[in-house]
Amino acid sequence: MELPVSVERQSRWLPLHTLAVFCFLYLPIVTLIVYSFNGQGVGGFPPRDLTLSWYRMLFVDDAIWQSVLNSISVAFAAVVIALAFGIPAALALDRANFPGKAVFRRLVLLPLILPGIITGLSLLMLFREVDVKLSLATIILGHGTALISVATTEVFAGLQKLDRAQEEASLDLGANYWQTFWRITIPNLRLSIIGAALLIFTLSMDEIAVSFFLIGRDNTLPLEIWGRLRRGITPEINAISSIIFVFSLAVIVIWYRLRERKGQTEVAPELVQ
Amino acid sequence: MGSLADKLTASQNSAMSPAATLLDVCNIAKSFGRNPVLKDISLQVAEGEFLTILGESGSGKTTLLRIIAGFESADSGEILMGGERLDRLPPFHRRVNTVFQSYALFPHLTVEQNVSYGLRVAKLSRQEIAARVEQALKMVKMTAFAQSKPTKISGGQQQRVALARALVNRPRLLLLDEPLSALDANLRRQMQVELKSLQREVGISFVFVTHDQEEAMVMSDRIALLRHGALEQIASPREIYGRPATAYTAQFIGHTNLLRANVKGGIAHCGSLSWPVSVSDGPALFSLRPENVRMAAGERRTDFVRLKGRVLHQAFHGATELLQVDCGDGLQISMRSASRNDWQGELELDFACADAIPVRDSGEKA
Amino acid sequence: MFSRAYRAAISVPPLLWVAIFLVVPYFLLFCYSFWSVSSTQQIVHTWGLQNYRELLRVNVYLQTLFRSMWIAARVMIFSLLLGYPLAYYLSFHAGKHKDMLYQMVIIPLWVSYLVRAYAWKTILGSEGVLNTLLQYLHLTQHPLDFLLYSPFAVVLTLTHIYTPFAFLPIYASLEHIPRNLIEASHDLGASPSQTFWRVILPLSIPGVLAGATFAFVLSLGDFLAPLLLGGPSGVMISNIVVSLFGAAYDWPLGAAISFCMLGLVVALLFLSENLEKKWSFR
Repeated sequence: MELPVSVERQSRWLPLHTLAVFCFLYLPIVTLIVYSFNGQGVGGFPPRDLTLSWYRMLFVDDAIWQSVLNSISVAFAAVVIALAFGIPAALALDRANFPGKAVFRRLVLLPLILPGIITGLSLLMLFREVDVKLSLATIILGHGTALISVATTEVFAGLQKLDRAQEEASLDLGANYWQTFWRITIPNLRLSIIGAALLIFTLSMDEIAVSFFLIGRDNTLPLEIWGRLRRGITPEINAISSIIFVFSLAVIVIWYRLRERKGQTEVAPELVQ
Repeated sequence: MGSLADKLTASQNSAMSPAATLLDVCNIAKSFGRNPVLKDISLQVAEGEFLTILGESGSGKTTLLRIIAGFESADSGEILMGGERLDRLPPFHRRVNTVFQSYALFPHLTVEQNVSYGLRVAKLSRQEIAARVEQALKMVKMTAFAQSKPTKISGGQQQRVALARALVNRPRLLLLDEPLSALDANLRRQMQVELKSLQREVGISFVFVTHDQEEAMVMSDRIALLRHGALEQIASPREIYGRPATAYTAQFIGHTNLLRANVKGGIAHCGSLSWPVSVSDGPALFSLRPENVRMAAGERRTDFVRLKGRVLHQAFHGATELLQVDCGDGLQISMRSASRNDWQGELELDFACADAIPVRDSGEKA
Repeated sequence: MFSRAYRAAISVPPLLWVAIFLVVPYFLLFCYSFWSVSSTQQIVHTWGLQNYRELLRVNVYLQTLFRSMWIAARVMIFSLLLGYPLAYYLSFHAGKHKDMLYQMVIIPLWVSYLVRAYAWKTILGSEGVLNTLLQYLHLTQHPLDFLLYSPFAVVLTLTHIYTPFAFLPIYASLEHIPRNLIEASHDLGASPSQTFWRVILPLSIPGVLAGATFAFVLSLGDFLAPLLLGGPSGVMISNIVVSLFGAAYDWPLGAAISFCMLGLVVALLFLSENLEKKWSFR
């Protein structure tokens, strides 16, 4: 709801400030996309010689596509792990009482706010001590662990909107806990779960801090890009970045269309309570 | 000191002595999108009056209140207070205060800080603020809770604080948006009495919005009945009950029987019944209150209509009950009577011709 | 309502996972911080405080830590300055554009961090967009040095990254303010700006605290932006940790620093949570 019209007439600077912030937020992205077509490569103003050559170079770059494949597999696996443990965690926080629950809650949410390198480092030490070789599998474990908190937060928020009476009705009508879980609880949480899955997938695709320490021989996309950046800026990077951006944009548009169709208007995720 | 009940009766009985007009609502209209919510409303609020705006949900009563408060602006028309244009002012410049339906107490301030809010904004002196707040809290009997937070007190207590917070600013007009709707029945009845006596005590005009017609009748000096954004009738409770202008009014306030009759040569014919009326010829509608239908005794009296019927069912209301009587020819009459268990056989009933009040047809059936 | 078995089924698996992959690793981190590394690059499992003493003794560690905190503080302040009015505008003035604008704030979050940090590099470089633009407009003669490979670049980039993070909880808390409280404030005579200072701002403080905490803590531990854009003067504490696990092979020392960071973050979260509780009015 808005302030009534009679009160509107104030702050001229507020909309200007908003516009400025949006410009600030989008400047790098726009620059990136524009310069991915720049014949002169990176930098220089104004952009000249519009060309698709960087994109063409990108398409024949095997290493990049291999890393994209790796990232996608890791992301899918991370989604599975994060949901498989994050959904029960959210349920447990909502409905179960056990000693140490408060500590558990904080622990689950900690990787969200702790610098990623600490999570990565500590897992590295674990793998070191039990002699596990670093590979995509270790990255998957790392991502899964770090992103359980995302699943838990989203699903927990969804649980608050769930009408407890529906589950009670199901039990009343003869379904047991397991059946109620699959027939009533999960379907009602569908929106939260899908939202969590999309978010986890995207975060995993972009994850660097944890992956940095747990990488074996196979690179994920961010680490592949990272490696090239160390050697110097190439315009190919602009191209792949623009593609990533368009892809993320498509994902988020799909997500919001989905949400609208389900009639959800509340969009602010409640993070650390 | 007379009892509270006496005070109430006295205030309702006294004819409205001609008091000055405080608020003049002129031809207010408001639509939300294509939906006309208020259609050309005009009314006046007198100084020191307790006016209730009564109506169903969707009648526009809350919108009207919000326009007076300043939270909405009307599409057309004007509002004058003391001869000056009120509708041109933003809400924080109007000498009008509101008691919200959800109380809207500030959760981050104590009761005392809530009540003093308007005074602090107006930058009154600390002593003045303290004195007025103390008086206001005493008036609503919340002195003991001055340092409590709103989340820690009950609904009824929050409502009192909301009242104090509004009244402490000494507004010229107090608006109350269904403030009692969240309270349970007993507390509600108690608060109705308290609010009415409070209004008498402070002497400020109250405009009270509700959908509960009993509540309106208990508390008001006058009732303005709103229907689909138009003013159906505005009169004192007794007047609006005893002389409803339309069928809608007659049915909305209290129970009634609506008799469809055909008037010919000064006689109304309704089925097998007929009685003399002073209404012009043609189809007519009459409102007959159930309490005006009684068991007939002895000879048929002049100016009374007699009828026979069998009891279909009875609804027990404690001291009285409401009977549904089948009088033949498709005519069913509601009748209110002292409670009795044994309504057997055919009854002889009658009602005074004068109690059949002619009403305008509202175009809506019961 | 929920049976023992149900509650066990939902609590045990996540508890186990958290125990194995969070608690044990953090514990290992703790242990490592007391060990040392031999000259042959082997981890020596002897217990001692040598790493912590090293941290206090050698200046560079504390200096970098303070520099990191100062950078994080600036990022926090700027994120709040950018994010709060943005959230306020969306919540109270955006009307039917609110949802669309909200999505527009979120979209950059979904775009790769690496990509955005790299983009700033192309903008701020001496051959970069900004410098060439300024020279093109004849506003400067030579490229401005401080734009890149400096704390300035790090603060700028991190502010860009974390402003949406600051925005989110502030927006949520503003949305939670019942609109009738604002009407009540107007009704009682307070102008819109008085209403802001007396009602809206106090009630939005939990959101502000959460946003500030995010921005500060996440910036503090960031290693990517300083690595890409910080240059030698913009080195932050995480960069030191990364190098200790890389070229400057000294895991125990790195663990010690990490553990200190962990402790610092936990302390900050604790502080923030308590402050939020004090200011929350549920």
